[in-house]
Amino acid sequence: MRALLLIVRRSLRKHALSTTVTVVSAALASGLVMAVFAVAAQSRAAFAGGPVGFDAVLGARGSATQLVLNTVFHLETSPGNIPWTLYKEVSEDNTVELAIPYAVGDNYRGLRIVGTTSEIFTRFEYIKGQKFKFVGHGEPFDETLRQAVVGSEAARISGLKRGDTFQPSHGVSEFSAVQHDERYVVSGVLEATNSPSDRVIWIPIEGIFRMGGHILRGTGEDFEAEAGATIPDEHKEVSAVMLKFKSQIHGLRMENRINRQGKVATLAWPIANVVAQLFERLGWVNRILELVAYLVVVVAGGGLLSSIYNTMNERRREFAILRALGARRRTVFSAIVLEATTISALGSLLGYLVYAAIMVVAASIIRERTGVVLDTLEWHSALVQTPVAMLVVGAIAGILPARKAYATDVASTLSGNL
Amino acid sequence: MELLQVENLVKDYVSPEGEVQRVLSIDRFALDSGEQVAIKGSSGSGKTTFLHIVAGILAADSGRVCFDGNEITHLSESRRDQYRARELGYVFQSFHLLGAYSALENVTLGAAFGSGGDPDLARELLETLGLGHRLQHRPHQLSIGQQQRVALARALAGRPRMVLADEPTGNLDSTHAQEALELLCSLCRKQGAALLLVSHDPTVLAAFDRQEDFAVLNGAVKEVTL
Repeated sequence: MRALLLIVRRSLRKHALSTTVTVVSAALASGLVMAVFAVAAQSRAAFAGGPVGFDAVLGARGSATQLVLNTVFHLETSPGNIPWTLYKEVSEDNTVELAIPYAVGDNYRGLRIVGTTSEIFTRFEYIKGQKFKFVGHGEPFDETLRQAVVGSEAARISGLKRGDTFQPSHGVSEFSAVQHDERYVVSGVLEATNSPSDRVIWIPIEGIFRMGGHILRGTGEDFEAEAGATIPDEHKEVSAVMLKFKSQIHGLRMENRINRQGKVATLAWPIANVVAQLFERLGWVNRILELVAYLVVVVAGGGLLSSIYNTMNERRREFAILRALGARRRTVFSAIVLEATTISALGSLLGYLVYAAIMVVAASIIRERTGVVLDTLEWHSALVQTPVAMLVVGAIAGILPARKAYATDVASTLSGNL
Repeated sequence: MELLQVENLVKDYVSPEGEVQRVLSIDRFALDSGEQVAIKGSSGSGKTTFLHIVAGILAADSGRVCFDGNEITHLSESRRDQYRARELGYVFQSFHLLGAYSALENVTLGAAFGSGGDPDLARELLETLGLGHRLQHRPHQLSIGQQQRVALARALAGRPRMVLADEPTGNLDSTHAQEALELLCSLCRKQGAALLLVSHDPTVLAAFDRQEDFAVLNGAVKEVTL
């Protein structure tokens, strides 16, 4: 074994450049495969099982997926509005533990502004037992004033802090040119929750109703709020109502009532299932990424094979001498397979660095875009399976050149006839 | 006591034109334990082929080669490899050192496939041969004479019972040749190893009590180089 290791070590050192290139390509392949599987699994887990805090979303008739993306992940546009009366109805339903209305449609520098009630701070638990906490002396907005509460990531991006003022813009895009006249004062900044809520600026829902240019169509007719005048409930409308049931069975009943019997609204329930269905529908994207990753592994294996195979002619004399010293055919065969396996092993080790780099970048992009936080240190079986598979690929890639070494004719080579 | 016995050894080669050429035809040859024999023969006379067959590198077409009473001609290739690794040392005319390995590693490899390779013994041999300060040098960093001494050390590193030397001084000038020959003979004597040397150099042959003429030993009419 000592001789085998010596032969491998010397060959790797002698062919340092091709060894390095091959190790790097094996590392890229290994890191890429691990990252594709890990990012897919962690994204799914983070989106479907992250800290949502609600069981269901009630919104306009249409796509449940769009509803969830818009209200839970603060992506996409709202599918439409539902009447305030529907919110009042479900909030008074004795099967509902918590009903919080959301009104969306404005932004500040691309950060979503969500109009809601102060219950989001006083009653809502994004994880069981954990409510939003304020940084320092921050406090919830006063529902009768133009005050805002800023999520941690939103505060980081916008630079807003307690006491600052800002003017919302119309629409959900940061490129919106229409800025509202109303100026809001930040009453507090929230601590990080590692959820999409971190990217949100919360204001009183009444503020959305009264924002200049906002038309309410709760009755089907246009209504614009006047300063100082009470807005009749029938004119009010909301983008969605976030619901938490006293028991999951109530969700089933409400889903039956809203989705199957009603025609006004859609109930996205359970939220995790809606997200899971979205990932199922996007599964083909993941399949393609996996296929690309596998192809990269095949290319790395081919590179490994050719880099060793190309040295076989120059090494024929070495093998003949080793055989003359008593090395068996299977010894030189094993030396080449071990050499190929060692290169892929080094590549796999380096692959963990590639994996870590991809994960950090991917997690950063996902967090930046969605607020969803991936755990880059989370375990995934691909972290073991991929390096093992790379070793197998390396060993297989070594077989062809090893067969050539195996077939070395000792007498002819030493006599210089080959 | 006879260590090596060769009887009725025949080796033929088929030329690219399909013609069968007899390279070796040796009725009998024997070598005692610890004995040192020089075989005289011109280039292309089949001496190297003879050594390759004795070493188990080549298989004979017929006849017997026995080492310590065990016939090696009918051993499997794997067993012949084992025999070569455990019982033989081989010195080549062009040394055949491995360029990517240090002097110490070259010598250690000489025993690696038999006894396992003892770096201490390899180091000791190289120091005995005056190369203690060149252990980590690679062959291209050594003089021709030093390379030959590394080759001698490699042949003896596995404590073989027989050393085969194929024109071991063929690439050396007369001063280095004499020095290398004396080292080879004395080290073989010290280790109790038999020495079978082939050469065409009369100076080398003169150093041996027993000399054989390969032209007499080999009854083959035609000779080819392998």
